[in-house]
Amino acid sequence: MSIETKDHAELAETFNRDENRVDWHDETLWWIRQKRDKSVHQLPEWEELRETASQIKHNVLSNLSSYLQTFEANAIANGVKVHWAADAKEHNDIIVGLLQAKGIKQMVKSKSMLTEECHLNDFLEKNGIDVIDSDLGERIVQLAKEPPSHIVLPCIHKKKEEIGELFHQHLGTPAGNADPQFLTETARQHLRETFLVRKAALTGVNFAVAETGEFVVCTNEGNADMGAHLSDIHIASMGIEKIIPERKHLGVFLRLLTRSATGQPITTYSSHFSQPRKGQEMHIVIVDNGRSVQLGREDFRNSLKCIRCGACMNTCPVYRRSGGHSYHNAISGPIGSILAPNLDMEKYADLPFASTLCGSCSNVCPVKIDIHQQLYKWRQVIVKNGYATTGKKASMQLMSFTLSNPTAYHTGGKVGRWVLKHAPFAVNNKFNPWYKQRDMPEPPQASFGEWYEKNRKSK
Amino acid sequence: MRVGLFIPCYVDQFYPGAAIATLQLLEKLGVNVFYPKNQTCCGQPMANSGFEHLTGGCNELFLKNFSEFDYVVAPSGSCVLHIREHLHDDKDPEAAKTLSHKVYELTSFLTDVLKVTSLPAKFPHKVGFHQSCHGQRGLHLSQMSELVAPDFSKPGSLLNMVEGIEIISLNRVDECCGFGGTFCVAEEAVSVKMGKDRVTDHLEHGAEYITGVDMSCLMHMEGILHRQGSKVKVLHIAQILNGEQE
Amino acid sequence: MSSRDKILAAVAANQPQLTALPDISFLKGDGTGALEKFVNTLTAIGGKVIEISSLDDIVAHIKATTTLSHRVISTLSGLSEATEIINDSVVLPHTFQDVELTIINAHLGVAENGAVWIKDDLLNHRVLPFICQNLAIVLQKKEIVPTMHEAYEKIGLEKYGFGTFIAGPSKTADIEQSLVLGAHGSRTMTVFLV
Repeated sequence: MSIETKDHAELAETFNRDENRVDWHDETLWWIRQKRDKSVHQLPEWEELRETASQIKHNVLSNLSSYLQTFEANAIANGVKVHWAADAKEHNDIIVGLLQAKGIKQMVKSKSMLTEECHLNDFLEKNGIDVIDSDLGERIVQLAKEPPSHIVLPCIHKKKEEIGELFHQHLGTPAGNADPQFLTETARQHLRETFLVRKAALTGVNFAVAETGEFVVCTNEGNADMGAHLSDIHIASMGIEKIIPERKHLGVFLRLLTRSATGQPITTYSSHFSQPRKGQEMHIVIVDNGRSVQLGREDFRNSLKCIRCGACMNTCPVYRRSGGHSYHNAISGPIGSILAPNLDMEKYADLPFASTLCGSCSNVCPVKIDIHQQLYKWRQVIVKNGYATTGKKASMQLMSFTLSNPTAYHTGGKVGRWVLKHAPFAVNNKFNPWYKQRDMPEPPQASFGEWYEKNRKSK
Repeated sequence: MRVGLFIPCYVDQFYPGAAIATLQLLEKLGVNVFYPKNQTCCGQPMANSGFEHLTGGCNELFLKNFSEFDYVVAPSGSCVLHIREHLHDDKDPEAAKTLSHKVYELTSFLTDVLKVTSLPAKFPHKVGFHQSCHGQRGLHLSQMSELVAPDFSKPGSLLNMVEGIEIISLNRVDECCGFGGTFCVAEEAVSVKMGKDRVTDHLEHGAEYITGVDMSCLMHMEGILHRQGSKVKVLHIAQILNGEQE
Repeated sequence: MSSRDKILAAVAANQPQLTALPDISFLKGDGTGALEKFVNTLTAIGGKVIEISSLDDIVAHIKATTTLSHRVISTLSGLSEATEIINDSVVLPHTFQDVELTIINAHLGVAENGAVWIKDDLLNHRVLPFICQNLAIVLQKKEIVPTMHEAYEKIGLEKYGFGTFIAGPSKTADIEQSLVLGAHGSRTMTVFLV
């Protein structure tokens, strides 16, 4: 299901061949950014709220091992079974093990980016377990056999006509019907049956409270609750970074999460799961999968503060014009670009470069992750680890030499504008990517340095 | 007050007019300006590409050229941001730190240091102001649309001192133009699309000129305007503030 | 070494120096106009608000909005004449799949986002507010707080098995950002203010 052969620039180039579609994608996500702006401007304390959340998360990172143990002890005391998974494989094995022990062959799953990160669906399929994603957007991309392109809006890249066609093929709706109301109603009816018969439900976790051992799951559709409350076994998968210290801190994070994500004041449902219901089993799988390594990277550990609101994607001018799939990673956009290299620096070496470093992502981030600074820092780490292309290395070394040597620079300039030959925007050959859709600046008669020599020499 | 003039490499080579306007404007305001001859580049093109470790030569040169001045002024938010954040000297970290704090982008030098309240300039045209990200979000030259905070704009306040100028409004007040250094060629498709969209916003609102604090963004948009056959021109803000009539 | 111990050891080794938790007591809402704000917010997110003077008004509402063939359930003993009272937690939650309207109490309401807080002591069955076609909530006006901070202050550290904030009808905008009410949960949400 994942796209692995091309890098971001190539995938983005393909995406840009249909300019109308790029415009549509850009406008749709910009509209969400505007809804976010409208919503947050109603809270004069917004910036203080962000700062507070960031500090709470900093405390979490600095005391995580202790919080995890407190959370575990409280969850166990609540009657929940707690499992630990060092990596994606162990997470998937635990899930399959729990289902097989009960002889369950069908599961319903609400949104969990962690299970996307672990490629759980593929693994379940290989083990003969049928899984249905219950979030409408997730269900749509599941039917299309695609990964989600956005962490909050999984099928934001799909047009309603394409969704209508998918539903026609898989759910038997009339051909050509692309009315969102009708399609949503179809999914509602279809998934009701699923909820009523599936014995196992998996949900993600938005927040796990150390103090109480409870976890909170937020949805607009009610799909997590429908799955969990009708199942015999509820499994919740969470990354180790989902911990928050105290219940009252939920107030801070629930105020920030949905306003940042969609501009709503809160999701329709914010459900707090503390104990299994009578006769039900409740399991929590706590997953590391590289997070403890990221925690040790001083420059990048703040990325673990992320609460998965997707605001950085909606605001990112590159994401809006390249689409989520161009990031070839479960988590796309700016936050994905600083998380992915930790998992595989070589495979994701392109992602930190898929940005203009404009900084809008850091400004919308509800927990104030310095995303664009981390993109810059990842670039340095990736180059130092040898993942830069040879051509780039050579041109950078030449650039460094020339720009460090005024004589070389000025000679270069005189011989025909050194920059014209070597600056990225002016490489003078027919493969010049600048020239493809842009004209080059016209070289002036004299550089400023030369003008100054003539006109201000007296100084 | 002795002020060192730092002219970024591509401005020196391609847009001497912006540099001359900067020099003349500062002189007009009574500043004693010096232009060290042996300057080249701040090192940002390498650093933003992941090669900050190759910028030692640029740093050394910058320190050698500019340490003696009370202030250093450059007509670029991007280059100044790079110096502020990354200028370093392993042998003398303090010297680098001291110098980096003395480096100013032109418009903030006018508003914060010179505290300019009027300018003898006239520019009777419709002008679109492009918020270059590094100046805006990096140096906080103006308020950012993402934040819940009071509005202000240092370059905007200066443009408002220009007689006859009409600053047009934009749909997206501070969206990136897509230049992004080597991004402009490494991610050609997205870079161009971003540039086209930015230009369209200005054109739709009737801009005759697009201005900004960074020539690099303007060069990118100029390349697109030219290719589209548009008559709309780009001008560095220094040229408007210097009262140059087109 | 178990994965648990490995993870905890790696986290302990890599976590930064301890920083203090910030004080959040300064985050407070303004109580004035909370009722009006609650009504406006809930209405804006697709909910309905009806002020009532007694449970009789709810009975009238049930009669006006449902037919005899509709299954209407409630956990409020005062509505026993007009609804099927659910006070036993033994039956399977799946048996509520045909419920047209559920009427339950809420502990508190939040003005800034139109949400109501309900714990399982008011539910009997956790699935009740989700599985019904239409949801109605009875809320005391005096239990409306300005923001989530006051809501959690009220909730305190009380133990519960399950609790949920519900703000409006279930919804989705997954298809081209077109807002559709009635995704998987209730299609409507009405709050009766007492």
